[in-house]
Amino acid sequence: MKRLEIPETPYAGGLTRRSAHRLLALLAGALALPTSMVKVVWAKQPEGKFQQIADGIFAHHGLHELMNSDNHGDIANTGFIIGEESVAVIDTGGSFHTGTALRNAVRAATAKPIRYVINTHMHPDHVLGNAAFTPDQPRFVSHAKMARALAARGTRYLEAAKEAMGEEAFRGTEIVLPTEGVREPTTLDLGGRKLKLTPKPTAHTDNDLIIVDEKTQTAFVGDLIFSGHIPTLDGSILGWVQVLKEVDKQPPQLIVPGHGPASMGWTAAYGPMLRYLDTVIEDVRKIIAEGGTINDAIKTAGPQEAPRWALFDEFHQRNVTAAFAELEWE
Amino acid sequence: MKAIGKQTGSVIAGVFAAILAMQAAPALADEDAELWQSIREDVFDEQIPIAEESDKLTLEAPYRAQDAAIVPISVTIPADIAPRVRKLTLLVEKNPAPVVAAFTFGEAAGLGERKLSTRVRVDMYSNIRAVIELDDGSLHMRTKYVKAAGGCSAPALKDMDAALANIGKLKIRSLRRAPQRSSSTAEAQVMVRHPNYSGMQMNQLTGLYIPAKYVERIEVRKGDKVVFDMEGGISLSEDPNIRFTYARGVDGPLSVIAKDTDGKTFTTTAPVKGSS
Repeated sequence: MKRLEIPETPYAGGLTRRSAHRLLALLAGALALPTSMVKVVWAKQPEGKFQQIADGIFAHHGLHELMNSDNHGDIANTGFIIGEESVAVIDTGGSFHTGTALRNAVRAATAKPIRYVINTHMHPDHVLGNAAFTPDQPRFVSHAKMARALAARGTRYLEAAKEAMGEEAFRGTEIVLPTEGVREPTTLDLGGRKLKLTPKPTAHTDNDLIIVDEKTQTAFVGDLIFSGHIPTLDGSILGWVQVLKEVDKQPPQLIVPGHGPASMGWTAAYGPMLRYLDTVIEDVRKIIAEGGTINDAIKTAGPQEAPRWALFDEFHQRNVTAAFAELEWE
Repeated sequence: MKAIGKQTGSVIAGVFAAILAMQAAPALADEDAELWQSIREDVFDEQIPIAEESDKLTLEAPYRAQDAAIVPISVTIPADIAPRVRKLTLLVEKNPAPVVAAFTFGEAAGLGERKLSTRVRVDMYSNIRAVIELDDGSLHMRTKYVKAAGGCSAPALKDMDAALANIGKLKIRSLRRAPQRSSSTAEAQVMVRHPNYSGMQMNQLTGLYIPAKYVERIEVRKGDKVVFDMEGGISLSEDPNIRFTYARGVDGPLSVIAKDTDGKTFTTTAPVKGSS
């Protein structure tokens, strides 16, 4: 498949809007051809299943699995919100394939234009479907730090996704970087419907963004919340606890977690999340205080959490490793 | 860095060998042996044989690593050998820069059992090797195979701003161990905040690789005596972290001087066990 070539542009730590738009134009140009050439038969596609969780808000439950050829990287929750004039898509799944299923679902629900594609953070299972929306020429919106984080990891994400899914499920998948980054709480208007975007300090990653529909007080919280699926740490475990406690002061009516049911109440999700993170912090701190090593921590931290989460064996030891590397600097 | 050219050459040669001999099972083993041979010639004196699976040291490494960018490895040298060890070299055979670090021990390294642990990047499934050089010039090695991939090109940096804001921050920790009355050594840990950019992490916004910038030297002293002097490369994990044993009997605090490839020097001192 054709590797996306991005011309050399001076990069100074942040993405200006102008350079981002220029990049987008280049990206769109580069993508137009391969995108239109991809033919997929949309028979029975689980990725295409969305439920209306609130008035005009649709959400999809991603599987609690690792990416593979059967699931096409459909392993994270995605959704869309329909306003009077336009539509915002929130996260796009782990491949062009899942992104396309999402786009088809939007088209089945409304003819209004897709004006925004919002990513909750830079992880591949949330952003690799972005390319399916380039024909809509939306504004790709994210936390201001997402462009940098995704840019640094993009090549590896593509390689890993292709390896996990295989050539066919991966086909058409490209990195589409955000065209604008949110530094401060920002409101987007879909026509008679406002979305409030709040960038968070480092927690699950260093670029977590919460999207709240003001009309229904429904929040897309991305991977700040995992439910059923074990949380995965790629930011700061202490920061994550802080952010969760802060959201808990004014909890949303309804949330769409990054992994878990398509929608759920805040309290049911918050309790187990906090318990897991606190358990890891407490156990790892104890091992560090005793002069223990990362290996000691991997062997002994948080085993009681094992029966409570899907994919525990796949991610827990890695979480402990990351928590150790963070907490030993305390 | 000299090893890179030879290594690439031998990998390419190895690929051809594999294509030519599709059914020959030993092809892969031959390729690995050839790779090690070329690294060995670059790093160690060709005239001196290396004792493999030596009983003069042990090497611990996880068979399957949780995070390829932070693979913990640990070397132990028994008390009867420790005083004779001049140098310890750690290698990740298949990394683009196979030599992780070389530690030259000094007077304050102590006479008891010597332990040294650190964290390394592993770019693909590879042998990890620890080689010690004794005072008679002889070389002794232990090897472990580790399954991990992507450690050199993956930006493990979870919070990029924090990583750059804290660059050069140093910490020395004195570590508690099970009390051994007879032990003449104590254990401590030195930690350096540094992204240790490998030069292989690409910024997709620009299509450019982030230039290599890493800690190339860490010297630890007890009082005015050297515990070890390390020369490191890009295969050392970000936030270089070394646990080590040192002589209790030497007066003075532990001090560390770290230097990166930009010529920046970072230093700190901490009173620890055995200080007077």
